[in-house]
Amino acid sequence: MAGQVFSRGFFGKRRTPEQGQRTPPGQYITPDFPVLSVGPTPRIPLGEWNFYIKGLNQKPVQWSWDDFIQLPAKSFKVDIHCVTKWTKLDTEWEGVSVDTLLSKVGLDSRASYVTVFSYGDYTTNLPLADLMNDQAFIAYRYGGQPLAPEHGGPARLVVPHLYLWKSAKWVNGFQMMEHDISGFWESLGYHNYGDPWKEQRYQGD
Amino acid sequence: MEIDLNRSLMLDGNALAGVLQEIFSMEMTASPTECAHCGYEGEMGTLLAFVCSPGLVLRCPSCENVILRIVQTPDAIYLDARGAAFLRLTR
Amino acid sequence: MQRGIEWQAAILKAIRLETPRVKTFTFTLPDWTPHRAGQHYDIRLTAPDGYQAQRSYSVASEPERVGEIDLTVELVEDGEVSTFLHEGLVVGDLIEMRGPIGGYFVWEAAQSEPLLLVGGGSGVVPLMAMLRHRAAAGSNVPTRLLYSVRAPMEVIYAAELDELVRASPDLKVLLTFTRAKPQGWEGYARRIDQAMLGEVMAPLSSTPRAYICGPTLLVESVATLLLQSGLPRELIRTERFGPSGGPA
Repeated sequence: MAGQVFSRGFFGKRRTPEQGQRTPPGQYITPDFPVLSVGPTPRIPLGEWNFYIKGLNQKPVQWSWDDFIQLPAKSFKVDIHCVTKWTKLDTEWEGVSVDTLLSKVGLDSRASYVTVFSYGDYTTNLPLADLMNDQAFIAYRYGGQPLAPEHGGPARLVVPHLYLWKSAKWVNGFQMMEHDISGFWESLGYHNYGDPWKEQRYQGD
Repeated sequence: MEIDLNRSLMLDGNALAGVLQEIFSMEMTASPTECAHCGYEGEMGTLLAFVCSPGLVLRCPSCENVILRIVQTPDAIYLDARGAAFLRLTR
Repeated sequence: MQRGIEWQAAILKAIRLETPRVKTFTFTLPDWTPHRAGQHYDIRLTAPDGYQAQRSYSVASEPERVGEIDLTVELVEDGEVSTFLHEGLVVGDLIEMRGPIGGYFVWEAAQSEPLLLVGGGSGVVPLMAMLRHRAAAGSNVPTRLLYSVRAPMEVIYAAELDELVRASPDLKVLLTFTRAKPQGWEGYARRIDQAMLGEVMAPLSSTPRAYICGPTLLVESVATLLLQSGLPRELIRTERFGPSGGPA
């Protein structure tokens, strides 16, 4: 960055650089919870909300809000890492493990990938294996409160081991796929998988 | 299902004037464009902008479909203009 | 405007306190080029570890003032850039910026239609550039500024607006206060509505060109009202400001 001027006395918002084992390379820790989104915040009345799993040969399964909150729920305390370089430690959520949801569905043996759909037009994609074995959950409470709309409420996907753009806000459903199809950011230069520990931010990383 | 639109955090194409000028080597906010989805016609400065994001998104002020998406990586700029029926670059 | 916009290191020449939360910074630009009223500059701050933050600020000054620009910046709560500008800058400091940028939300004195300027809060900044340019260019186009603020202490450029009105035959500034009004105030004290716009526009001899700038909700509301009142869409230009007080 030739000719760049360092701004005397500017340090930016509160952040601490990577410390020890918990911060992936290139990230800084923030006490804030920045709000990032690609469009207007969807407002979904709970009476109209549903979560579905469909695709390939399986019979689509769908839960209404009332059904969904009856499912066995757990508390999750996880670190989250956004590709825009902030990391937030020890975030506390409540929700349903994706394993619980998948157990209600007869999975087609060809299902290898999932396209995640949000209310609005956001999508993201990941291998089915990354949603299983306690690696992902659908959260509807954050910090002891119902999940706020700007953070993805009524419910969002959380997949802490990948960059946060995979944790689709305002999640609406999963489509089981035989082949991987790039989602909103993956199709425009972001990495298809997004492992923060390997700093897989962009295609080619 | 109704999506109730929370508009108060939105900006517009004027906020992207600098990066659009970087990409197209010319001022674009006064340039007309058309939404490929609903046919809205207007200057790029009128498009709704979402800038707090891994990338930049411009949406139609009429139907809110995506018109333009931009991602800036260390090596490159990615541009998706499929949501625009056309972009106009003045000679 | 078909030229590249390169980053340059501007030198802070002066700071002026406009209101308790608003300051104007005058910068000398090594590579100054005349802007058009309504355009902005992008500024970029770099921390010692390489972290960068970028914001856009409308130019408040007229292009007739050669070699320097004024940027008027509102201090935003927890705003990392506005806080730095307000609290960390001293005269002589260098700030990287590029511009002038924009081509849609611009007005030139050569335009002859009457002018309706509607601003909310710090949205008045690019409109002020238009008024200063109008004065410097010797233009007398019938002009009305309708300026919405929450409280009296938040009126930016109050004294200079009075001066501009005194010096110009067909310029009026109408304030409307939405939360607290001055003692004895007999003017508008509510959100901008159809009746207010109608009264403000009535004296203008013919269909005006309108520029609306401020928070998204104000901009959308006023644009809709103007359209409903019959103003053609091509005569309405809008610029939404974020909480940062600038276009981005």
